[in-house]
Amino acid sequence: MGGKGLLRRLDWLSIFIFICLVMIGWINIYSSTYSEGQKNIFDFSTIYGKQLIFIGINCILILVILALESNFFERFSSIIYTVSLVLLLGLFVFGTTIAGATSWYSLGFFNLQPSELTKVATALAIAKYLSDIQTDIKRNKDQLFAFLILLIPAILVIPQPDPGSALVYFSLVFVLFREGIPLFYLAIGLFTILVFVCTLMFGTIWIAIVLGLLIAMFLLLKKPSLRVPIIPIVGVFIITILFSLSVNFVFENVFEQRHRDRFSLWLSLEKDPEKLEEIRKTIGYNTYQSEKAIESGGFFGKGFLEGTRTKGDFVPEQHTDYIFTTVGEEWGFIGTTTVIILFTILLLRLVYLSERQKNAFNRMYGYGVISILLVHYFINIGMVIGVLPTIGIPLPFFSYGGSGLLGFTALLFIFLKMDSNRLKEGF
Amino acid sequence: MKKILLSSIIIIIALTFVGRLSYLQIFRHSSNEIFEDTAIKAIYDYPERGYIYDRNGELLVANQPAYDVMVIPREVKTLDTLEFCELLGIDKPLLLKQLNKARTYSPRLPSVVVPQLSKTDYARLQEKMRKYPGFYIQKRSLRYYDTNSGANVFGFISEVNDYELTENSYYKQGELKGRTGIEKQYEVLLRGRKGVKYIQKDRFNRDIGPFKNGIFDTLPEQGKEIKITLDKKLQEYGELLMQGKRGGIVAIEPATGEILAMISGPSYDPALLVGRERSKNYTKLYNDSIAQPTYDRSVLAQTSPGSPFKTINALVALQENVITPDTKIQCFNGFYVGKKKRGCHCGGGLRDLNIGIYKSCNAYFAGTFRKIFEKYPTTDEGLDVWDKHVKSFGLGEFLGSDIPTGRSGLIPTKATYDRMYGDDRWAPTYFISNAIGQGEVLVTPIQLANMTAAIANRGHYIVPHILKEIEGVKITDPLFTQPKYTTIDKSHFEPVIRGMADVYVKGTAARLQVEGIEIAGKTGTVENFTKINGVRTQLTDHSVFIAFAPVDNPKIALAVYIENGYFGGRYAGHIASLLIEKYLKGEITRTDLEKKMLTTTLEKEYAKAISGKPFIINERGW
Repeated sequence: MGGKGLLRRLDWLSIFIFICLVMIGWINIYSSTYSEGQKNIFDFSTIYGKQLIFIGINCILILVILALESNFFERFSSIIYTVSLVLLLGLFVFGTTIAGATSWYSLGFFNLQPSELTKVATALAIAKYLSDIQTDIKRNKDQLFAFLILLIPAILVIPQPDPGSALVYFSLVFVLFREGIPLFYLAIGLFTILVFVCTLMFGTIWIAIVLGLLIAMFLLLKKPSLRVPIIPIVGVFIITILFSLSVNFVFENVFEQRHRDRFSLWLSLEKDPEKLEEIRKTIGYNTYQSEKAIESGGFFGKGFLEGTRTKGDFVPEQHTDYIFTTVGEEWGFIGTTTVIILFTILLLRLVYLSERQKNAFNRMYGYGVISILLVHYFINIGMVIGVLPTIGIPLPFFSYGGSGLLGFTALLFIFLKMDSNRLKEGF
Repeated sequence: MKKILLSSIIIIIALTFVGRLSYLQIFRHSSNEIFEDTAIKAIYDYPERGYIYDRNGELLVANQPAYDVMVIPREVKTLDTLEFCELLGIDKPLLLKQLNKARTYSPRLPSVVVPQLSKTDYARLQEKMRKYPGFYIQKRSLRYYDTNSGANVFGFISEVNDYELTENSYYKQGELKGRTGIEKQYEVLLRGRKGVKYIQKDRFNRDIGPFKNGIFDTLPEQGKEIKITLDKKLQEYGELLMQGKRGGIVAIEPATGEILAMISGPSYDPALLVGRERSKNYTKLYNDSIAQPTYDRSVLAQTSPGSPFKTINALVALQENVITPDTKIQCFNGFYVGKKKRGCHCGGGLRDLNIGIYKSCNAYFAGTFRKIFEKYPTTDEGLDVWDKHVKSFGLGEFLGSDIPTGRSGLIPTKATYDRMYGDDRWAPTYFISNAIGQGEVLVTPIQLANMTAAIANRGHYIVPHILKEIEGVKITDPLFTQPKYTTIDKSHFEPVIRGMADVYVKGTAARLQVEGIEIAGKTGTVENFTKINGVRTQLTDHSVFIAFAPVDNPKIALAVYIENGYFGGRYAGHIASLLIEKYLKGEITRTDLEKKMLTTTLEKEYAKAISGKPFIINERGW
């Protein structure tokens, strides 16, 4: 296909935002890892120098993706998925442990993190499966199989441990919702989370009382003509209470102390000031420091390379998961809002692009891309600004890391390539 | 619906994030970041505290280096404690205790192990410090006094307390601040302004360079050198004479209001409140509730002025035209208030103003005082006029000097007597004792000295003050340079001053003359009482003396007040004459007076009141 036509058909708004995010990301990585005396940005022994190499490799990757046949990925999705699962399995034997997690293959010049590539593979696989003419998402069997596609990589990464990535694979259920799985499942999921959090915060008794009152109100205020489904209501009540009781059990007996502490901090469960201080110094240290750094930036920020907390390395992992704190400290509210607006526009644009796809596979893959990006962005920034508990997950296009950057770029550009071809493809 | 679900979620997330970020970065953000930021550490550079010189440029107060042995517990390696203790001159348990304390405070930050080594200890230690990693010697600056006098005038400095830290943002924990005296009054001048360097720290508290290349850093501003009005020699001599006596002396240069000497007895060596023994000495001085060495009697002791106050009543009567210098009043070896007779020591006879003053005739002044009140139809009016005149001498109110402590004294008004006796249920006879300075009137030595200066100046005074020059530039504060006029016409002063000069010639201080200097003075002998076990008991009279000299061109005016010194002509008169001679001549010819003052003390007198035994007051012999 002609290169000129391709350039015209690409979605340049998405590409523009992508370039912005990568640029802003690199500037902040530079600032986070910069120290006096290092002047050359092409010093490849430094973090920011390495990231520059990855950005270069990224450009090549983009060209390769754009050069491939548009249906290459649809055709090879099963193989890609299988290969990535094998790579995940291989970690149990050949994996290199970095910072306590066995998530990498050491390739000498570069550590490959297969779970980042698996994200692309899983998105492709789920799209492929759902778009298959023989799949009917209304069928329980097919629903189960779709869940399995997500579940297998999730189960494989949990022992690394990498719970963040596991969460990302699960996020692909959004695709299922888009494609007709009943919203009822989502409602159950949200209700479960609500009961879980409320149990920890208020206890089972209060849940029983409030739920009982709600049911009583429903019975009193309902139209007399309405028939009351007594058995399901009682069933929901009993199941909720049992679940709530099990939450307490799981929290006390299955969770480890560090998990408990994270929840304690997030939901302000711990009332004893001494213990709270203890938690703040250990588990809560990251959150405390990142909030402080962002707070200290104020409205206009302290300026490029002027972040005192960034320079003093007060925020751990600042160039990776906590990169957003650098934006907060040095660029202030203006900077953080800009980044959020960029992400929001990109995601909304991708929703629009997905919806205009004529090909079901393309559309479903588009939704997969959105789900993965959204979950990363939501959990990462939510954690950094202290509205979500600490879960280690990178900020797409921003955080330092070659595998991550290549993974997200591939994820996005495979979709943009598909989009550029949407008018050409027949059914 | 499903199509907009995802978009809605994206937008809700964006709004939540922006909301949270505006809370963090706009609402919770504090603009005072540089002081709160844990990543920035302020390092202070303290300027040297200003020196203090006397009026002739003689050094009074300077600084001396002191050396603290410091420790950073984390850096301490295994230690030969025995050798080290020997070197430091402390015992092992103390060293271990200090190390423990330091570690509890912070393993990373320095703490003091042994404060304020002497110079010789420092020299000995300095060479061997290298052998003890984690320990080092830090130089500090302490006050050094080039005199052992003037402790209460200079005051002292000490660490700021928690209240001051919240009150004044300049001071930081552990900094020093003037507490009393000149150190307090001129704190800002003397301390200068500390410089600050902001250092960027990393999370291990290591320096990683200046913050923003030092654009917020400031250089220290040196403490100012000040010259004060004291005469070092006079001050030292006065304190020498005050040995074994309690009381206050203030000497003023009448033409300028400059305080030449300000002495409170007993005093202490200012060096006691510096250095290693400081807190021990302070506790001892502070807890001495009998001699009260830290109580500055020269500005705080309020007593009846006694006979020196007669000069003021004479001036008021002359101004009010109720007497002339020739008006004569009969003394019956006393005078009558109603049917009650009050005594007089003048010898009796017909008295005029001149002899009334130099013989200190009580009857003459009682009569004069009556005449003032007889002039006005009501006692209220008379009292108001009298108050106005008396207060114009700086009595009964705070003088407004630059001594940071003081008392107002008391000049009774209508309100005073209404309170004492009930509204309008009193008459001039109730307070006739004020005629001879024994009634309700209360003064402090500095007020008495200032009053004397006003007489010496023939009708005006300049508020007494202690600061003369800042960095060689004379003070210009109008309060301390502009005269304040009394309500008495200049012409009325001559006859009174004549009487005061005759005090030295043929009056109560005739034996205290100094050859070649014409002195005007007035003795005072003040009855006083204390409570011993709840019983009002009279003690030996206070000895009071005011004087100025030379009569025609006064260079010095002073007030001397000696607790329980008996007649004014005794202790107070002796000391006044000696100080005047010392100041004007620079040497003492009346060695007989000097010898007497240097060899006699009043310790026996002071012991009486606390002996618990009955005692005689106003004993004749010296």
